[in-house]
Amino acid sequence: MNQKIIEIDILRYRPEEDDHPFTQTFDVPYSADMSILEALQYIKDHLDSSISFRWSCRMAICGSCGLMVNGVPKLGCKAFLRDYFPKRISLEPLANFPIERDLVVVMDDFINKLEEIKPYIIPEKNEAGDKKCLSEGAYKQTPEQMEKYRQFSMCINCGLCYAACPQYALDKKFIGPAALTLLARYNRDNRDAGSAERMKIVNQEEGVWGCTFVGYCSVVCPKGVDPAAAIQLLKVESSKDYLIGMFKPE
Amino acid sequence: MSKRKPYTRELPTDWWMKQLFYTKYMLREGSSVLISIYSLILAWGVLRLSQGEVAFNGWLEALQNPFAILLHLIALVFALYHTITWFSLAPKAVDLWIKGKRLDDKVIISGHYAAFIVATVLCLLIITL
Ligand code: SF4
Ligand code: FES
Repeated sequence: MNQKIIEIDILRYRPEEDDHPFTQTFDVPYSADMSILEALQYIKDHLDSSISFRWSCRMAICGSCGLMVNGVPKLGCKAFLRDYFPKRISLEPLANFPIERDLVVVMDDFINKLEEIKPYIIPEKNEAGDKKCLSEGAYKQTPEQMEKYRQFSMCINCGLCYAACPQYALDKKFIGPAALTLLARYNRDNRDAGSAERMKIVNQEEGVWGCTFVGYCSVVCPKGVDPAAAIQLLKVESSKDYLIGMFKPE
Repeated sequence: MSKRKPYTRELPTDWWMKQLFYTKYMLREGSSVLISIYSLILAWGVLRLSQGEVAFNGWLEALQNPFAILLHLIALVFALYHTITWFSLAPKAVDLWIKGKRLDDKVIISGHYAAFIVATVLCLLIITL
């Protein structure tokens, strides 16, 4: 049998043994329909069981399997060997995040930022300070109103955009693409009344103004969310906020 | 006891050379340096103009210098590069909706080019007439 082989370099880091990451090469039998994630599973099952990586859904939904493929942030389950073969592939943990072990990164900062922007509907309150009672009926939304934020709600929190963002690389305080997009998603929702609260986050130096419009986040996003667009639209809102604030201080 | 020891990778100083996308972005940003130099030379010309004809002619003469011409050519290339890349990004900052649909990117980009051509023709008319 003449089995084709593809070489895969993996950046490894085992915290209990290593002081620095190092590269280990594996020979994997090539097939055109094999994803990078499947190749990793092959390596774990047949070549080295100590290798660590994250995954769950295998279908670009859970956002767990992000890694750098030849220096580009990708989902392991959505990238295929055929797009690289016969050249070798280099796999590294997602850039701009600390390495926990092998291809697993520490995502705490990203998750905290997602929580910070109040990613839930903040309903309007009446004069008494109460929100609408359930008996008063549902919050209505037309398909057109939904269209305003739908694209920005498709994010799977994979973090690829953070690995693609040099501004986040240079300053970890920057709120970053996915969290700002999620913020835009709620501010653009007609059922939400929390815009004023969230604009305080948007207007900061670490908010939208930390973005210099590199635009690579939108290129690497596996779900077509276009975080760069969400941030530029928020910049427009932030400028309006500033102008209004000059004439009508709170 | 925890064996955790997260490893933070350093960002190499030449990070923008490692990915073509970043290099192009840096070129777009770098164009501002040449455009600033160009604006300074222009502002210098206005100052010389206010100082009388001899001064202004001296400034015009200095511009004939091959080095000055080269500088302006490079600045032109960078300005065009900035314009093209900027126009292609413009739709991301535009939130125009017509009948429940976002205005198509192509329409926004063409609109920018149309405005660019109109402005250029107007300027040329003012200068040459
Ligand atoms: S915006 Fe795209 S790249 Fe960023 S976390 Fe969401 S799905 Fe991933
Ligand atoms: S395994 Fe879920 S996104 Fe790849």
